[in-house]
Amino acid sequence: MMSLNKYMPAWVKRIGLTTALLLFVAGIVFWGGFNWALEATNTEKFCISCHEMEENVFREYQNTIHYTNRTGVRATCPDCHVPKEWGPKMIRKIYASNEVLHKILGTIDTPEKFNAKRGQLAQNEWNRMKKNDSKECRNCHNYDYMDYTEQGKRAAKQHPVAFAEGKTCIDCHKGIAHQLPAIDQHIGVQNEGAVIMNHGEKAAAEGEKK
Amino acid sequence: MRFITALALASAVLLSGAGVAGAQEKVLSERGDVSIDQLSKVDMFRPEKDSDVIPRDFQKQPPLIPHTVKGYNITQNFNKCMDCHSKERAEETGATLVAKSHYLDREDKKLKNISPRRYFCMQCHVPQFDAKPLVENNYKPAAKKGE
Repeated sequence: MMSLNKYMPAWVKRIGLTTALLLFVAGIVFWGGFNWALEATNTEKFCISCHEMEENVFREYQNTIHYTNRTGVRATCPDCHVPKEWGPKMIRKIYASNEVLHKILGTIDTPEKFNAKRGQLAQNEWNRMKKNDSKECRNCHNYDYMDYTEQGKRAAKQHPVAFAEGKTCIDCHKGIAHQLPAIDQHIGVQNEGAVIMNHGEKAAAEGEKK
Repeated sequence: MRFITALALASAVLLSGAGVAGAQEKVLSERGDVSIDQLSKVDMFRPEKDSDVIPRDFQKQPPLIPHTVKGYNITQNFNKCMDCHSKERAEETGATLVAKSHYLDREDKKLKNISPRRYFCMQCHVPQFDAKPLVENNYKPAAKKGE
C-alpha cells in the first residue's frame, strides 16, 4: 500500500482511495443511466407512444419504402429525425422539449389540428435538413458511393447534376416518408396560395424564409 | 322440300354447335382462375424498368408512362406527377411537358392553370408492367401522324 501511495495524486490521497474508486463506479452508473434513458427516448416505440405520432405520421410512413421493402432494412423515426453524433443529438433533444410542451398544450392532438399545422411542421423539418445538409439521410445514403449505373435512368441523370449544383437530398426528396402538406402546383384552384415547394433553387429558398 | 329444309337447319345447328365447342378454349383474365377471396397473381407483376419515351400506337393516344410510379401518390394536397411534368418543372427535370390540351376546360376555353379535370394523370396515362398480353393483338391504327 505504501508503494502505491507514491503514484497517487494529491486529491486521491485527500479523499481516500476507496472513495475515489466509489466515485469512479458511480460515474459509470450515472453516465450509463443517463445514456440509457436518452436512448429509450430515441426509439420508434417511444415516439409512437404519443397518439399524435401514431395516428398521423407513423401510419403514413407504413406505406413507404423506409418502413417496408425487399430486404427488410428499416429506417425508424430517430434514424431520420435525430442526429447520430452526440453534440447535435443533445441539441436536438433540447429542442424536443418544445415538442413536449405542445404535447401538453394539445396543439396537434386531433388529425384535423395536425393537418392544419402540417405545412408548418413539414417546413420546420425541411429547413432543419437543408441546414445540416441532409445529414440523417447521408448516414445511410452517401453519394460518394452511389453507383449511377445501378440507378434508374432518371436518377442517374439527375443526381450528378444536383450534387454539382450543391443541392442536398431534401431539396428534391420531400414527402417520401410522410404525406405532404397542401402544395401550390398551379393545378386548379384547390391549393392556390398554399406552400410553394422549392427544389433547392437559391431565389426561392430566400423567399421561403419570410 | 320441307325435309331438305329441316336437314339444312339441323346441320347448321350441329355445325354451329361444333363451332361453339371449338371456341371454348378458355381465355382467362389477367387475374387468372382464382376466386375473389384468394390472392390473385396480379400482385406479382413487376413494373418495367425505366425506358425512353414509348412511341404512340395511334393518334392522340395518351402517352404511356415509361418509368415506375411506385410511391407516386396523387392526393388532394400534392400531385407527384406534376412535380416533374409541370410547365414550371419540366425543363429542369427533363420530363415530357404536359400537353396544351390539358389547359382547356370542356368548352375549350383556355385556362391559366391545368384543368382540374386532368388532375388524375393515371386515368389516361398508364405505367407498364411485365404482364404479357393474353391474346395476340394485331391492331393497326387507321392512320399515323403525317400519313
